[in-house]
Amino acid sequence: MLIKKQSTIEIRPSEITPESVYQKRRDFLRNSIGIGLAGVTAAAFPPLFAKPDLKLDKLAKSKFSIDEKLTDFEDITTYNNFTELGSGKSVPARHADDLKTEPWSVTIAGECEKPGKLTLEDFIKPHALEERIYRLRCVEGWSMVIPWVGFSLADALKRFQPTSKAKYVAFETIFDPENLRGQRRKTLDWPYVEGLRIDEAMHPLALLAVGLYGKVLPNQNGAPLRLVVPWKYGFKSIKSIVKISFTEKEPPATWNIAQPSEYGFYSNVNPAVSHPRWSQKRERRIGEFRKRKTLPFNGYGDQVATLYSGMDLKKYF
Amino acid sequence: MVLTPEKQFKAWVKPLAFIAALIPVAVMTIGLLMDKLGANPIEAITRDTGEWALRFLLLTLAITPLRKLTGQPAWIRLRRMLGLFAFFYACLHLMTYIWLDQFFDWAEIWNDILERPFITVGMLTFLMLIPLAVTSTKSMMRRLKKRWMLLHKLVYFAAPAAVLHFWWMKDSKADISEPLIYTVILVFLLGYRVVVWMQKQDFSIEEKVLRSPQNSN
Repeated sequence: MLIKKQSTIEIRPSEITPESVYQKRRDFLRNSIGIGLAGVTAAAFPPLFAKPDLKLDKLAKSKFSIDEKLTDFEDITTYNNFTELGSGKSVPARHADDLKTEPWSVTIAGECEKPGKLTLEDFIKPHALEERIYRLRCVEGWSMVIPWVGFSLADALKRFQPTSKAKYVAFETIFDPENLRGQRRKTLDWPYVEGLRIDEAMHPLALLAVGLYGKVLPNQNGAPLRLVVPWKYGFKSIKSIVKISFTEKEPPATWNIAQPSEYGFYSNVNPAVSHPRWSQKRERRIGEFRKRKTLPFNGYGDQVATLYSGMDLKKYF
Repeated sequence: MVLTPEKQFKAWVKPLAFIAALIPVAVMTIGLLMDKLGANPIEAITRDTGEWALRFLLLTLAITPLRKLTGQPAWIRLRRMLGLFAFFYACLHLMTYIWLDQFFDWAEIWNDILERPFITVGMLTFLMLIPLAVTSTKSMMRRLKKRWMLLHKLVYFAAPAAVLHFWWMKDSKADISEPLIYTVILVFLLGYRVVVWMQKQDFSIEEKVLRSPQNSN
């Protein structure tokens, strides 16, 4: 994986966090004296997850962060597509409590040396968390800039030693129709599944996120563990992951099954390939009035375009 | 003194309905000014104005069944107003798309009309509503006479086109319950007319049979 160019400027999250939010975080810090902000160490994890509003302190900054104005915390956490919690952008936040994140485990399966079932804690423990500010481009034509907290997907996958047969990585969201009202209706083929080619999954930009804005991931954003693939449309970044498998064949992907003419397996952000019902040339950045141009690979072309060299991206959309 | 239904409609039902029909646009305006329309206000306005245009169009079509089923002909006094509100919300819907969404990017708008069936149908619906709104005045009714009735049959094409516009916009989205509800209402409103028309046909046949010489004593 060749990274040709780093177009990042060293900038502290505090410099770009909207003032009101930053103030809220300050207030929060002030109020949380005594809870013990131990930082992101393994020992600190259980209490952190027991208290979903706790701040993840002392995050390493990532060289992959972009220097664009962050979308407001309020917007990121109230404008969501998470059909399991209900359809409509503001609905998932209202039903966020339906998602039970404790206990949580992640099953590792398929073409690897070390399959198994890990508690969330054991899955995350070996990794140092860092803050990564990424663009998120939804296939519907809107975008955000989100300060994720997480760790490299590649680092996590390597621990399970994928074999030479592992050509793809498949992901699966929790299936819990008793609690998740959206899964009681057959609007999509539940559980939600997604997949990446192994070289995409191993790309340093691919992230497993456990938080945003320095806080544990809100349920409506895919708690407690979600994928973030910033150069692909948002629906590829599967939420609330319970299973990761290494496969030899291209794994199924939920929206691709639902409407193959509209949602391809790759679904790389591509202004040159229209969605059948709307153009992908431009996008509305949440919080902005005028639309802005959509960039190939969501602006991450320098880093990821080589993954697709020689491929007809109009065919493999 | 007790007012006749006709006068009641004139005195307070119609003014009240007029005010009520303005509530959605008032709510949207206040929501916009107070920043209460969520993270993507333009999307919210596009959706709301479109849905209200469709609702008023279906309300307009509900007047005739309502008159017959309640035996109260005074409902007709609301029909033109409801139809014009459908046109009003359709105008807001189109303006939102052209101005707030596309920002007068005519090339892109033309491209949308040509390439995206749901936008093509939406534009056609709007085009059908224009002559209906323009010829809605009393003087136009007088001037067009019988042709007015014929022209306003266009609403039977505009309403299904509006529902289709909603379907194709939603197509393959996870949740189709909303367009489904409007389709059921539309089928009922149009179905009612078909049934009435068929009964008339039967009746006229029966009448002819009864009047024929063979059946006379």
